[in-house]
Amino acid sequence: MIWLDVLVQGILLGGLYALFAAGLSLVFGIMRLVNLAHGDLIVLAAFVILLIVATTGLDPFLAALIAAGWLLQRLVLNRVLGRDILPPLLVTFGLSVALQNGMLEAFSADSRRLRVGALESASIGFGPVTVGTLPLLTFASAVVAIFVLNRIFYTTALGRAFRAVSDDPTTASLMGLNPRSVFAIATGLAMVIVTLAALYLGMRSNFDPSIGPARLLYAFQAVIIGGLGSLWGTLAGGAIIGVAQTLGAQINPEWQILAGHIAFLVVLLIRPRGLFPRAVD
Amino acid sequence: MTVLELANVSKTFGALKVTDDVTFSVPKGQALGIIGPNGAGKSTLFNLITGNILPDAGTVTLLGRDVTRSPAMERVRMGVGRSFQIPQPFEGLTVFENLLTAAAYGQRKREAEVQDACIAILQDTGLLAKANVLAGALSLLDRKRLELARAMATGPELLLLDEIAGGLTEAECRTLVATIRGLHAQGITIIWIEHVLHALTSVVERLLVLDFGRVIGMGEPEVIMASKDVREIYLGMEV
Repeated sequence: MIWLDVLVQGILLGGLYALFAAGLSLVFGIMRLVNLAHGDLIVLAAFVILLIVATTGLDPFLAALIAAGWLLQRLVLNRVLGRDILPPLLVTFGLSVALQNGMLEAFSADSRRLRVGALESASIGFGPVTVGTLPLLTFASAVVAIFVLNRIFYTTALGRAFRAVSDDPTTASLMGLNPRSVFAIATGLAMVIVTLAALYLGMRSNFDPSIGPARLLYAFQAVIIGGLGSLWGTLAGGAIIGVAQTLGAQINPEWQILAGHIAFLVVLLIRPRGLFPRAVD
Repeated sequence: MTVLELANVSKTFGALKVTDDVTFSVPKGQALGIIGPNGAGKSTLFNLITGNILPDAGTVTLLGRDVTRSPAMERVRMGVGRSFQIPQPFEGLTVFENLLTAAAYGQRKREAEVQDACIAILQDTGLLAKANVLAGALSLLDRKRLELARAMATGPELLLLDEIAGGLTEAECRTLVATIRGLHAQGITIIWIEHVLHALTSVVERLLVLDFGRVIGMGEPEVIMASKDVREIYLGMEV
């Protein structure tokens, strides 16, 4: 029964990784932009939640984050997007460094946590397996987030604009679309997912300004395992890393992170394009 | 009423003058054909009209408004629809979605408002049966039809067709020409670049001949096709 338990806990952990990855996947899918600061943005959002939850309600906070994403795209990322993939990589790498140091300055290197009282230890029993309420909520949120993103992508005018611009920005502009505003909306949307990810990150574990790059790595692995361009694939990718890590930890606590990386390498060996590739290139 | 007017438009790429002091205008409802050898600057002329490239000199006037410096998307919204020489559909979108996107953003309307018009265009262009097929999976003829359909969906006053008959079989070409003639009959102003001359001359009322970026002749198709200069430029090519 312990292995069933490990499997379930692993899949639920995968929900968190899928949340880390969904925003990254969205931005990469639409503008082929690899945002190296994605992990740091999640940590930043966690700190901002920590700050603001104490003082005000959540509504202005959400609006502020969408605006932050939109501004980030308009003022910074749109300037470097183009044929060459190097400038956006350098800029987001620089942004990552700046964010980490900025957070260190503002929040110190102390490990922090979002306190949610009884929810932290609450659990629900399913026969032989007992499941934490918070991990279950995380997974459910990941499923809902990915469902909503998919709906936006495939059934709305905005989603069609996302896909058209992703396909060919020049032709799209001849159809009356403004690729730069579409990109900015996409990054705004990604920031909403980042915030959701940050919320669960902060409630489930300790965080400090330096943990962003590792979150980015898990997110990357989830996207690649799932196959570029497939959001449900990203969820599967997150679950695979989650299960591998939980299994590894079960065998030996030191093997947790390593097991996730090994699972990633194994999938790359067998299916270099990921499990459910959608993107053509 | 004049739909499009180019006045002394020039464009240089490096040492190459691809558009050299081009002046012409197109009245509403006219179909103008543009011919000229490869590299004469025909597609560049289209890029200057759509705003994909900006001229070094001269002015472009669209529906009485100077758009010389306006970006491409603004000109689309004013009513310039364009098909590409090499079809460039949004491959990850279905045929219907391609039209819907072009119509909604090209005319700044909600999708619900343009749906019926899109279906009508699909019918006119013979694509209705392929409405839910991914554009990336279409045959060459259907891609060309989609180019035309998508340009139509933006609700153009002025339709620019770039070698839309090239690479098609004789029968396919006839089908497409019939469609274009139908659009022309609806009063849409058309500028059409084409090497398939019999297709072109069966629709257009006026021909413009371009060579090394210069306009070397303009007039009724019969007169132009009979002129010595044009025959020389097309030497070796059956006219």
